[in-house]
Amino acid sequence: MPYRLELTGITKRFPGVLANDNVSFAVKPGEIHALLGENGAGKSTLVKMIYGIMQPDAGEIRWDGQVVNIANPKDARRLGVGMVFQHFSLFEALTVFENIALGMDAKIPPRELEARIRAVMTKYGLLLDPHRTVATLSVGERQRIEIVRALLLDPKLLIMDEPTSVLTPQEVEALFVVLRLLAQQGCSILYISHKLHEIKALCDTATILRAGKLVDTCDPREETSRSMAEKMIGAGLRDIVRSEGRTMGLPKLVVSRLSTHKTGHFDVPVNDVSFSVRAGEIFGIAGVAGNGQNALLDALSGEIVSDDKDAVTLDGNPLGLLGTTKRRKRGLCAVPEERNGHAAVGDFTLSDNSVLTARDRLGMVIMGLLNSGAAKTYTGRVIADFAVKALGPASTAGSLSGGNLQKFIMGREILQKPSVLVVSQPTWGVDAGAAAAIHQALVDLAAAGSAIVVISQDLDELLALSDTLAVINMGQLSASRAVGDVSVEEIGLLMGGVHQSVEASDAVPA
Amino acid sequence: MDLTLAIAILVTVVGASTPILIAALGELVVERSGVLNLGVEGMMLIGAIAGFVVQFHTGNPYLALLAGAAAGVMASLIFGFLTLSLSANQTATGLALTIFGTGFSALAGSSYSARPVTLMQPLFPVELATHPIGKVLFGYAFPIYFSFIMVVAIWYFLHKTRAGLILRAVGENDQSAHSIGYSVTGVRYLAVMFGGAMAGIAGACFPLLLTPQWAERMTAGRGWIAVALVVFASWKPFRLLAGAYLFGLVMTMELYAKAGGGPLSVIPSEVWAAMPYLATIAVLVLISIRRDASTNAPACLGKPFLPAN
Repeated sequence: MPYRLELTGITKRFPGVLANDNVSFAVKPGEIHALLGENGAGKSTLVKMIYGIMQPDAGEIRWDGQVVNIANPKDARRLGVGMVFQHFSLFEALTVFENIALGMDAKIPPRELEARIRAVMTKYGLLLDPHRTVATLSVGERQRIEIVRALLLDPKLLIMDEPTSVLTPQEVEALFVVLRLLAQQGCSILYISHKLHEIKALCDTATILRAGKLVDTCDPREETSRSMAEKMIGAGLRDIVRSEGRTMGLPKLVVSRLSTHKTGHFDVPVNDVSFSVRAGEIFGIAGVAGNGQNALLDALSGEIVSDDKDAVTLDGNPLGLLGTTKRRKRGLCAVPEERNGHAAVGDFTLSDNSVLTARDRLGMVIMGLLNSGAAKTYTGRVIADFAVKALGPASTAGSLSGGNLQKFIMGREILQKPSVLVVSQPTWGVDAGAAAAIHQALVDLAAAGSAIVVISQDLDELLALSDTLAVINMGQLSASRAVGDVSVEEIGLLMGGVHQSVEASDAVPA
Repeated sequence: MDLTLAIAILVTVVGASTPILIAALGELVVERSGVLNLGVEGMMLIGAIAGFVVQFHTGNPYLALLAGAAAGVMASLIFGFLTLSLSANQTATGLALTIFGTGFSALAGSSYSARPVTLMQPLFPVELATHPIGKVLFGYAFPIYFSFIMVVAIWYFLHKTRAGLILRAVGENDQSAHSIGYSVTGVRYLAVMFGGAMAGIAGACFPLLLTPQWAERMTAGRGWIAVALVVFASWKPFRLLAGAYLFGLVMTMELYAKAGGGPLSVIPSEVWAAMPYLATIAVLVLISIRRDASTNAPACLGKPFLPAN
């Protein structure tokens, strides 16, 4: 039987970068094939060429044994290539049905299309109401729309670009069931992910890319996560180093009965959240996106000011009534989830972005005048210490790639040595090497006596990093648990909103 | 108030509302595609002078309406080229188009001042309009029926056709529409041209239906009311119909108050004249207060589209 897809000597060059250098690999019918690599390794470029968004400069693509030229996504869909993008291309104000109809090339009468949508949903257990507005759906449900859209075209190859980054462990399991069923029926799957244990659980073959070159094609079931990670980064993986004999100090950040008001239509406020973080402790907050993480971060950073001065205290000093600038002055710094436009101003230079959050703590403003020398020196230090790939302090934030901007923002806050640091998604979109560096920096900051709150959807990250863990669901925070005493299953259930299975003794009788 | 007066008022309201409704319907489609064209007033004036000139020379009101539409399209293409092809700021370009339209129409119309044209005649035979009810139903010229048909047609287009779905998708998320493979710029050009045609027809209604002669700035800010109405109507065609008639009613009140008849003259006519504009401001303020409660605004409204890759 010929390969479903065979790439030979694919090369793609961008100005100054060789994105893909002579890459060859093949996917059999019904195979689940992983494409692994760090950010910038060339996975996305490769996939874009298979889906017809870009054309290779050299090399050939064979489909079922025939050489093909995929000029655009329409050509790709005609061959039977379906793709589920990492960033969904959905229209929030339109319904599920309308979104799917927009993605169909053929003109199908609405009634027939709806019948086909329902048939696919039933067959694969991807249940959704076709007439709901997308804005009201969770991220997992939105992903189902993309999958249904791809499946309606009866694909022979389905490309999934980091599909699990936003799902709960249970949703991931459900997705895997669908993917295995598809593979059984002969559909090949090209699966892009950073999460190595998922690839071990799901994939038959893994192709590993590094800096645009093919490093290895291996059977992930015979590899360890560590061995694959080392192939990806081309060096030994650094573990988080924790200093010996670490002791927690007194409670530093104390949050008591913190609530926010509902502001927008799709906003999830936090309700009666209490926790405390000691000096030297890393406190992890897990949860599926859209469960109040944004409101919690804003309420801690001071973007949302509380009605109660004691809702947030630092070393016993009330911060509840203060805004961000005053909280920063007193030592509480924060990194919001959205990098561009919230944590950094895209059109400003890195230096100016440093001034925005570090001006008071590091004396970058004297009598109302900017001390641009100090800002430049500090920014240079952030760039050097966090290995930010940027031309210098004068580059604009918007010119950096997502992962590099994240490194800059994390570095900018960490080097201010705040006594409390609140971060959301510290390693979102950052590759394994850089993620390890950010993790190490957070651990070192804690070891120096700071209290750290990490809000993340990546459970592996939280389990590796935190001392204590709690789960946020529908704006409410579960009881805190020491990381050693809690299983992934329990956390997964809490993320899905099942509270009673954990800590039955804490439950209040109704 | 007797029946004849009531009917006379009603007919006046219909006449005053129609140009606003037609222009606003065009702008609604434009805004649904994600483009904010503030040049409606300018396009109306260009349509008005084109319609006037053709009516003056040919006496054929249908040709005059077509000329208005064509002139409106030409004006809208200036806007489209600057904002869609060159990604110029839409607000500034729209304002410039209004200023240009005001000046251009005044220049083109300078040799026609104080020269009358004939008004457009009712569409149906006069016999149908002799009875008061008949007059209310059948006593109007073509543009009035056209405006009603367009309300239904635009609603149907937006919500029941694939092309309408694509137009809404482009206004909602241009990047996604682009990545699926739709031509964002192409769709927006068509929408902008449609908006120009409708504004041009609305402008031509002024010499054809309301005042049978050329007067500088004869649209008197109705283009701005049309823009405000689109927001007031939450981008929905049937609400636009209701809104246009509400404004038409208030404007008619001004005429009756000025004529010094009855209870309306208790309030000075200047207050009545200011009423539509005050109402516009009030509506815009009210809507921005309850912004969170899903105002239905197209998410990409007014943002220039630049493909990501």
